[in-house]
Amino acid sequence: MGAIYVDSSVNRAKINLDECVECGACSRMSNETLNPHLVRSVRSLAKIFRFRFEPEPDVCPTSAFVIDDLPYPRIVRRIFSDPLIEHTSTGIKGRGTEEVKTNDVAHRVSVGEVGYVIEFGRPGVGVRFHHIQTMTMALAKLGVHFEGKNPITHLMVDRSRGTLKEDLLHEKILSAIVELKTTTEEVPAILETVEKVSKTIDTVVALGVSTRCDQTGNDPVLAPLLDDLGYDSERAKTNLGLGRVTNTRNGEGNISDEHSASVR
Amino acid sequence: MTNTLHRYGKAAGFEDDYILFAIPCKGKNDEEAVKRLKEFLEICARHHPVNMGNSTSGAYRPSQELHPTIHWSRNTKADYNGVIAAVEKIGTVAAVFSTRKKAEECLADLIEADLGLSINMSTSVEGAHRAAENCGIHRHSVEYSLGFLDPHDHLPNSQVLELSTMCGHGMVSFNLARKMLDMVREGRRTTDQAVATLARFCPCGVYNPERAKRLLEESRKRQA
Repeated sequence: MGAIYVDSSVNRAKINLDECVECGACSRMSNETLNPHLVRSVRSLAKIFRFRFEPEPDVCPTSAFVIDDLPYPRIVRRIFSDPLIEHTSTGIKGRGTEEVKTNDVAHRVSVGEVGYVIEFGRPGVGVRFHHIQTMTMALAKLGVHFEGKNPITHLMVDRSRGTLKEDLLHEKILSAIVELKTTTEEVPAILETVEKVSKTIDTVVALGVSTRCDQTGNDPVLAPLLDDLGYDSERAKTNLGLGRVTNTRNGEGNISDEHSASVR
Repeated sequence: MTNTLHRYGKAAGFEDDYILFAIPCKGKNDEEAVKRLKEFLEICARHHPVNMGNSTSGAYRPSQELHPTIHWSRNTKADYNGVIAAVEKIGTVAAVFSTRKKAEECLADLIEADLGLSINMSTSVEGAHRAAENCGIHRHSVEYSLGFLDPHDHLPNSQVLELSTMCGHGMVSFNLARKMLDMVREGRRTTDQAVATLARFCPCGVYNPERAKRLLEESRKRQA
C-alpha cells in the first residue's frame, strides 16, 4: 500500500491515512518496548558515524503502532482489509463466503452451474469501492445473480443495478470479493465483461471460477470450456467431498445429493 | 476467503506446495466443531507439515515485548502445539505440506478419521486430482484460479509475486518480499531467517516456508 512513509520535514515515520486500508499488519508485528528518545538518540549517533544497524525487519522497537477506534464509514476499511476481523454478514473471517469450500454440505454450486469469485485489489494494490461498483453495475446489466451472503452484496443498495452505498464509494480497502453464479452457457459473456471492465478500473482483479464435479470426480464441462476460452488454470482449490451434515440441534439429517460421489 | 487460491506460479512450481484445510459449514456441521478442528490439526501435525494455522495465528508468530538481544538470537522454529491449543472458535484450520506424499498420507488419515468437516486441498489442479485418486476418493467441487488481470501494470516481478502471494490476504507486502530477496542475495540474512520473517506476517498459517526457501535460494543462485 505504501501508506507508511518517512516525513523528512519532521524526520518521523507517518501514515498516509487516505492510502491506509486499516489491515492491521503493522500493529501485529513483533515489538520491543524501548524508549523512543533512546532509539532516536542511538540512530542519530549511528548516522553521524555513517554506521547502520540492521535490526530484525519485522520488529518495531518502540511499539509505536496503535489501532484506532474507527467511525463509519472508515471502519469498513478494516472489515474488508484485516483478515482477523469477522464479517457479521457472513460469520466468517475474510472477504468472501465459504464458496465451494463447503459445497459438499451446502450445495451452493450444483452441476451445470458455475460460481465466480471476482476479487479486486489483490494482490497488494488495494481498491476503492467505486471501482468495484463499476464492475458490479456492468455485471448487473447481464442479469446475474449476486451471492446473497457475500459482504459486497450486503453493501448494495440496488442489486438489480449493482449499485453500492454512496458514502463508501471513495473508501479504500485491501481487497473485496464479488461472488455470483450463472449457468455454464453464460461463462464466456461473464468473463469477457470482467476482462473488459478491468481495463477501465485502476486496480488488479483476481479471478476464480468454480463448479461441481461429476460422480467420477471429473470436470468434463468447465475445464475444457476455460481451455477453449484461452485461460490457463494452473492452480485450484479442491473440495474433497468429505463433509457431511452432523448438526443435530435443528434435526437436519444428511441432505441427499444426487451427484454425490462415494467417499471410497 | 480465497487465501490460498491465487498463489502466483506455474503448476510445476507447486510441487512443494500442498495445503489441506478444514472448514465447518454454518448450520450444517458446526456443532462441537472446535474439537474436530483440533483433531484435524493433530492428525496433520503427525505428518510433518511445514506450517499450520487456525485462522488467527500460524506456527510462525510475532512476539510482543521482545528483548533487544532478539536481533542476534531469533527463534525461527515453527510452533505447532501452540496453533492447536489456540483453536477456540469455529473457523478454518489449515496445514501446509511440502510433498504430495506427506499430503496424501495425511489425507488418508483424515478420511479414516471421518471428521464430517469439509476438507479442501489447494495446490495445482492436477496435484489435487491425483492426491484424491491415490486416496480412493473423488473430487466434489473445484475452484480454478484464472490468475490476475493487471492491465495497468500495478504488479511487481514474478519473484516478488511468488513470495508475497503465499499470504492470500496480502499481509506479506511486496516491499517486504523485495527486502527479503535483497537480504538473502546480499548474504545479510539466511534463507531460514528470511522465510521465518515472511511467515510471521501470515496470521492464517498458510504461508509455505519451504517453497519460500526454494524461491529465495533460486534467486540467490541466479544472481551468483
